[in-house]
Amino acid sequence: MDIIVKRNKGSALVYIVWGYIIWSLVPVIIAVIYSFNDGRSRTVWQGFSLRWWFTDPYASVFHNPETRNAIINSLILAFITLLVVTPLGITLAIGSQRIRGRGSHIVQGLTSAPLITPEIVVGAALLITFTRLFTAVPLGFVAQLLGNVTFSLASVVVIVRARLVSIGPSFEEAARDLGATRWQALRHVLLPMLWPSVMASLVVVFATVIDDFVITSFLSSGINSETVPLRIYSSVKGGATPALNALATLLVLASFTVLIIGLFGLSTWRKRHGEHGGLRAALADVTQIEN
Amino acid sequence: MLFAVPFYAVACVAFGTIDPIFRDAVPQWNPLAWDFTQAQQVFASLATGPLQGVAVRTIIYVLCAMILCFIIGFPIAYFLVRHAGKRKLLLLVLIIVPFWVNYLMRMLAWVNLLSNDGLFTRFMRIFGINYNWLDGSPITVILGLVYGYIPFLILPLYATLERLDWRLIDAARDLGANSRQAFRLVTIPMSKAGLVAAGILIALPMFGDYYTNDLLSRSPSTEMIGNQIDFFLNASTQPQTGAVLVIALSLFLLLLMSFYLRSTRQQSRQTTR
Repeated sequence: MDIIVKRNKGSALVYIVWGYIIWSLVPVIIAVIYSFNDGRSRTVWQGFSLRWWFTDPYASVFHNPETRNAIINSLILAFITLLVVTPLGITLAIGSQRIRGRGSHIVQGLTSAPLITPEIVVGAALLITFTRLFTAVPLGFVAQLLGNVTFSLASVVVIVRARLVSIGPSFEEAARDLGATRWQALRHVLLPMLWPSVMASLVVVFATVIDDFVITSFLSSGINSETVPLRIYSSVKGGATPALNALATLLVLASFTVLIIGLFGLSTWRKRHGEHGGLRAALADVTQIEN
Repeated sequence: MLFAVPFYAVACVAFGTIDPIFRDAVPQWNPLAWDFTQAQQVFASLATGPLQGVAVRTIIYVLCAMILCFIIGFPIAYFLVRHAGKRKLLLLVLIIVPFWVNYLMRMLAWVNLLSNDGLFTRFMRIFGINYNWLDGSPITVILGLVYGYIPFLILPLYATLERLDWRLIDAARDLGANSRQAFRLVTIPMSKAGLVAAGILIALPMFGDYYTNDLLSRSPSTEMIGNQIDFFLNASTQPQTGAVLVIALSLFLLLLMSFYLRSTRQQSRQTTR
């Protein structure tokens, strides 16, 4: 009796779950499909074409100078943020891990606060800082870079620190006992072991920065520093062609490519180093959820 | 440091003076000389004046969206933990996917569907419902918020429920509680801290949201506090008002955040016990 009741409940919930999945994914899939529309409409289907992707010499995503400019800006911003934020985040994570006692709580609270602060607050605060206080920093690329570094630093620190906690101090201590200097133990023992968390944070930061709208928008200086999300935002308001859908699709493709490469890299690394977990653990790394 | 300095700058602009000729905000770098008259005006306007409507509307929208998120999200998280069985990984992946789809793309998808000749609007016309979705409709904005933020609720909910000791619920059932009683008296109290934390986690960004509104409505009749901040800082000559609003919003969110930190601490204490 009991089992039957349970199954019934489960099966009612199944519809909600699949309903949710369909609701959450189908609109996006439709938007992707309409990027292949032959007509100018984003809502009425007029046959298949690659017009908005490649063939149209002016309006297609890869030919239009404005969308190309946005794509290049987005990629540059994402890569340079990665270059700055990864070493900085690792250093901060190791450093904050070394702080013991009462200070450690404060440091942990401070580093994770940006994770839950709404972007508009960070964006507005940085805008005022760069226009009133540090006027040497011009709005545009440099300000956007600093803004994204500020915002994504926290996630690197959190991911790397979680890994540090799970490694524990024993490996480093063993290396020191065997005669390694502090620096050698760090360089040859600890850092290689941090690799999965570094990979996970690369993926997370890339996706955050390339998708970021609020901070990048607050700190932009017009067309020169327009990124893909800003371009999408400003074109949705006007009557845009399906090239807009194609541009948004590119953005989604970019994050998924990086995600899949990251997941693949993580699970092969784990396998090679004899750590259990596979895909599931890799997913947990990237979504920052303890599984 | 990266975080504290910008907030200081916001305060300096908010509590500074206004240049009499250019009407531009002059930041006051000395905290002792801060002038609170402008801030008082804005706060008064939020409490009783012209901005009151925006403040109340923001709270109502976020509350509605949050309730809907829980109604949809909780059963899903519950199912994933309790009944998913072999399909768990697949379902989990499918539920994580929207997480990685750009927010603007997801809003764009709905703008397309809801526009005048969009698929959804045409579909609804079959049932005789002829509604102008994208023209300042609060329903669209609230549903847009739900659509946008629900993935961020489901995952923490899942994590919370996953950590529960389900043997205790089975024990309650063995001791004679029916499933509803067990749910109400055991599951909910045990996961309360996690539920509160998850709720606050999505309430925070929703309170600061302005782009959902901008994309799905564009009408002053649905404006939220985020739209006002965006307007005053980016499109008006009164950045000072914007700065005061940022402070007002931050103070309000700080309150929520302290609740969040308290309930996560409670949660970790419960699980370690």
